[in-house]
Amino acid sequence: MMNLLRLIGGRTASAPVARERLQILLAHERGLRGQPDLLGLLRTEILAAVSRHIVLDPEKVIVRMERGKHVSTLEVDIEVPHGIETSLAAVAS
Amino acid sequence: MAKVLVVTSGKGGVGKTTSTAALGAALAQMGEKVVVVDFDVGLRNLDLVLGAERRVVFDLINVVQGVAKLSQALIRDKRLENLWLLPASQTRDKDALTDAGVGSIIAELRTRFDWILCDSPAGIERGAMLAMRYADEAIIVTNPEVSSVRDSDRIIGMLDSKTVKAERGERVEKHILITRYDSGRASRGEMLSIDDILDILATPLLGIIPESQDVLRASNVGSPVTLNNAASAPARAYTDAVRRLMGEAVNMTVPIERRGLMNRLLGRRAA
Repeated sequence: MMNLLRLIGGRTASAPVARERLQILLAHERGLRGQPDLLGLLRTEILAAVSRHIVLDPEKVIVRMERGKHVSTLEVDIEVPHGIETSLAAVAS
Repeated sequence: MAKVLVVTSGKGGVGKTTSTAALGAALAQMGEKVVVVDFDVGLRNLDLVLGAERRVVFDLINVVQGVAKLSQALIRDKRLENLWLLPASQTRDKDALTDAGVGSIIAELRTRFDWILCDSPAGIERGAMLAMRYADEAIIVTNPEVSSVRDSDRIIGMLDSKTVKAERGERVEKHILITRYDSGRASRGEMLSIDDILDILATPLLGIIPESQDVLRASNVGSPVTLNNAASAPARAYTDAVRRLMGEAVNMTVPIERRGLMNRLLGRRAA
């Protein structure tokens, strides 16, 4: 198609390239836009759910999302304090 | 009822200030009572484009801080009695603008005018945020160029999330205004077409302003293009855009420059 346009017009029509690049870029950027809020929400809710059973340091709850070409992953890293039974008891009492 | 319109873009240099002046003047020419508000604190230019640069005494920040009354800061246009300007401060820090301060000024302007046009600074920082904060509608000025379209997309995202209307679960009505459009280049595939831009941004079109020397000529003499040369292609395009804003159904065309014979013989464009 590009070659055909080049033959007819005598030079490259660059607008289709611009259009395609923008479509790809914006699809990606629009996906990122809501992300910080989504992660914050996930973090709060995960923290609340786990805290019902184990006493946690909120600082030690890390939620991370990675978008790959084929697979995206959600990584939740929660550090459980020493003596998990004690903290379980503390929650129960 | 008064309407608050923000003229925004993200990217700088696409024609926000020129468009604010032209749209504001065109509305006033139709008998509407209009105020154009410059939000570009530190880099004000709306006064210059409107030819009112020597009449600025008080500014937006003076009013926010209670140093001056709104009526003292408003400058009435000498040619159009329905057009007023609220200039930005040239010397103050942009942090002097507060959300609550802007809110109360907009509320007061709503009681006095039919249209309040907020000329946003470039960027996505505080100033741009405050300019769009209380808007009912938004005009997103876009050039047919990749960086401008990308930034417009970003601004559309902000309009849908950071405005008072969005926070209330309502929608800010958005319009795309394409400026510096060259239909010849677009038809040769050298420039993004109108359809390309609207497809990508998924937002309705308000108008197409053709690339024209009349725009620069008007700003050189400090007169909105709709006033300086009402018959010129860009002036007709801005006037059509304003009629659409007012709810009229106007066919979407790209007004064509009327060129003299010499210009045509010498080529498409003189400059």
